[in-house]
Amino acid sequence: MSVTLEPNTEQIKEQKVYQQMGLSDAEFAMVEKILGRTPNYTETGLFSVMWSEHCSYKNSKPVLAKFPTKAPRVLQGPGEGAGIVDIGDGQAVVFKMESHNHPSAIEPYQGAATGVGGIIRDVFSMGARPIALLNSLRFGELTTPRVKYLFEEVVAGIAGYGNCIGIPTVGGEVQFDASYDGNPLVNAMCVGLIDHKDIQKGIASGVGNPVMYVGAKTGRDGIHGATFASEELTESSGDNRPAVQVGDPFMEKLLLEACLELVKSDALIGIQDMGAAGLTSSSAEMASKAGSGIEMDLDHIPQRETGMTAYEMMLSESQERMLIVVKKGREPEIVELFEKYGLDAVTVGKVTDDSTLRLVHKGEIVAEVPVDALAEDAPVYHKPSSVPAYYKEYQQMDNVEPEVENYGETLKALLQQPTIASKEWVYDQYDHQVRTSTVVSPGSDAAVIRVRGTNKGLAMTTDCNSRYIYLDPEVGGKIAVAEAARNVVVSGAKPLAITDCLNFGNPEKPEIFWQLEKAADGMSEACTILDAPVIGGNVSLYNETNGTAIYPTPTIGLVGLVEDLSHVTTQDAKNAGDVVYMIGESFTEFGGSELQKMVEGRIFGKAPSIDLTVEAQRQQQILEAIQKGLVASAHDVAEGGVAVALAEKAFGNGLGMDITLTGSPTTALFSESQSRFIVSVSPEHASQFEQIVQDAKEIGTVTDSGELTIKSEDGSVWVNDSVDALRASWKGAIPCLLKSEA
Amino acid sequence: MKFAVIVFPGSNCDLDMYHAVKDELGEEAEYVWHDSTDLSGYDGILLPGGFSYGDYLRCGAIAQSSPVMDEVKKAAEAGKPVLGICNGFQILTEAGLLPGILLRNKNLKFMCRTVGLKVENANTLFTNEYMAGQEIQIPIAHGEGNYYCDDATYDQLKNNNQIVFSYADDFNGSRNNIAGIVNERGNVLGMMPHPERAVSDLIGGSDGLSLFKSIVKQWREANVSHA
Repeated sequence: MSVTLEPNTEQIKEQKVYQQMGLSDAEFAMVEKILGRTPNYTETGLFSVMWSEHCSYKNSKPVLAKFPTKAPRVLQGPGEGAGIVDIGDGQAVVFKMESHNHPSAIEPYQGAATGVGGIIRDVFSMGARPIALLNSLRFGELTTPRVKYLFEEVVAGIAGYGNCIGIPTVGGEVQFDASYDGNPLVNAMCVGLIDHKDIQKGIASGVGNPVMYVGAKTGRDGIHGATFASEELTESSGDNRPAVQVGDPFMEKLLLEACLELVKSDALIGIQDMGAAGLTSSSAEMASKAGSGIEMDLDHIPQRETGMTAYEMMLSESQERMLIVVKKGREPEIVELFEKYGLDAVTVGKVTDDSTLRLVHKGEIVAEVPVDALAEDAPVYHKPSSVPAYYKEYQQMDNVEPEVENYGETLKALLQQPTIASKEWVYDQYDHQVRTSTVVSPGSDAAVIRVRGTNKGLAMTTDCNSRYIYLDPEVGGKIAVAEAARNVVVSGAKPLAITDCLNFGNPEKPEIFWQLEKAADGMSEACTILDAPVIGGNVSLYNETNGTAIYPTPTIGLVGLVEDLSHVTTQDAKNAGDVVYMIGESFTEFGGSELQKMVEGRIFGKAPSIDLTVEAQRQQQILEAIQKGLVASAHDVAEGGVAVALAEKAFGNGLGMDITLTGSPTTALFSESQSRFIVSVSPEHASQFEQIVQDAKEIGTVTDSGELTIKSEDGSVWVNDSVDALRASWKGAIPCLLKSEA
Repeated sequence: MKFAVIVFPGSNCDLDMYHAVKDELGEEAEYVWHDSTDLSGYDGILLPGGFSYGDYLRCGAIAQSSPVMDEVKKAAEAGKPVLGICNGFQILTEAGLLPGILLRNKNLKFMCRTVGLKVENANTLFTNEYMAGQEIQIPIAHGEGNYYCDDATYDQLKNNNQIVFSYADDFNGSRNNIAGIVNERGNVLGMMPHPERAVSDLIGGSDGLSLFKSIVKQWREANVSHA
């Protein structure tokens, strides 16, 4: 005989139990007003989780409204499991990126693994076949045992889930900065393919239609995960480990195959992942979107543990579950379909016409709440913002060059900075080839996946230089979008759309909210000018440890269309004798640069400037040259500047480069000015290339010497080193840091 | 020639195997679910890679007790070509169709990269399109590909020319760099590397194509009458 220890309504109100669940006094009063009574424990739980920032975007909605989200090719914008963009021939690409930061900070393996599992479900709940995964990761400096542990376990968790389920992990990025010491970022992105006719929505329509629960059983794991994700991390956050879910990629593989079989059936009405806020969000949102209600009998919920309460079942974030609505009378064939995969498919309720989420447990009504109140009516806060003092100070600073004595040694040292160094140690652990469609593997600017059965491909990347955004959120926001687009363009693709993860600190602090607002302004402008609308994403706020915020990190995930696989271009120089061009100028811009951080030990000053019109024009011209078959290799200039970009171009095939640059050596070699590219072109295509790409300037040739030589116009040699030696430094840096004693 | 691609719950290279045979070789292929009890209609059996049953127990330990495995054994006894790749190899060792066992890689991590393989025996039905001693480039993707067997088994493998492929370099700890072996009769091949991932230059190489061509060639010679 179980005893319920849940507080009654009076206790909830008087002892302010709702506060522990994340509801404010004012919010609790709103709930009372909506219901016309004091909510019981279960109902308080429903509201607190649905009105958490993670589910309701109550603090970020005004900011998200800034983003351009429409274009004729966008078939589904923000609001569903994932966004959808038309790619022609009746097909579309489905993608989304989502954060799993807080769980990964506490239990890195499972936190990262379930982040991957969750984003995969978002994509296949749309009816799409997941074809690729990417991950954008941020950690503190690789010098402490804790950070090394987080890094190794997060990578292992991503590998463990993605490899097992059989979706290639083809790209992403990893950066290291002290601001992420206690609060790593794990942003997982999934890309899927779908035929237009198979597109599904998470709706519960048709009064009387059965609501079915499919997939894994519900346990007590992850209860209040969404609420936990909406708080700052503190010393005692480890106590929240039960709020972290445990992943089962094998279960998800079965669920994936079963659901993709299900979407071919005309019995299916709607399907939604039980992600954050589990059964609560899936049921309330599906009903709210359809203008209907849902009644569920919780006795029928498949349970992994005994004696679970309504509260626990509704707030559990057990993984690998879906809620579906099917046509009445078709339940047996659904049960049979899932049985083939050894999965539960159980009728747990029905669609009603009263716009209410009604929960029955052990014969009693345990919750009765309007669905719109849960899904739509969360309060929206317009938080105050104020310009941080540091920003004003940095804006007053002049652009100066960090002091460099030996250019060759500086290049080598830059190549060993973990943010720049080869990430082979990471992607060697990811199966990046399964599904045999990976045309460009990790290590180039963007990964490219072929669309089987066509001659098209999808280029994909994630990007965000948070140092620039910290120094200047608006300019940095523009750069993040522009750089992601650059990565895709140099790979031979036209940007289609973006998904983003807005990782910021506590929005209740005006300086943090200002970062969020300004970054969104910058991103929005870049999305408009570069024609890459936002089709979805998520917001992760409260990324602070003991009161210190991470650098603002609005990670961009961008997918582009390769119209013909012959356009696919990689960054590696291909043939000795090819002409090397640089597009764009180098200015004395070192604010937030890798060189500044390495030499000065901190970042300060102005972020590099960017002119989006120039950026757009260069991207268009380079893409045109690539599509005309004039470009042998292409690479954008990013962290570490031109010298690093040239070295990276030489690494792939071990060819040498003989380069002549102008101006001050430190600026020419290491500045991080924007909108720059380095390409190699065979001599017979040179004049045609120059006609198309107006700002292209010849800077040298690819050689077979195996040496990277960079000199000034007057012939003085700035850098001269063997490509093999440079590559060894670049490749060895991360394994070496991991092995070294802290 | 008609191939069965066996699909266990958790297999994930079934698609790759299927398309390698169908698109690149132009032969017939069908997916066969693990509960099938009849493989008589197929000329060759392919066990793909992946994580059957999540590999939550020993890799391949649960899959080897699937109903279809009795049929795979019958096919092997009948002399049909049986090819197990990666998880398929692990299943074949668990099923006792091949000797030895696959342990965790010596660095305890999953590894995905393209490696050099030496063709140790070009005189099998799987390798007759290669040259003996030829070095080919084939992708690997495994966490448990560290082949182990005892001395007596190794001597037997060696003396019977059952070692078909070996790694050019030791990276996972396999005994004598063993990458793939056949049974004594020579019609069951298990290998950790993925030839089905190397069937087109578009996806990074085509050195694996000859393996599939060898199977088909051998089958044609044995089964298609010369008019």
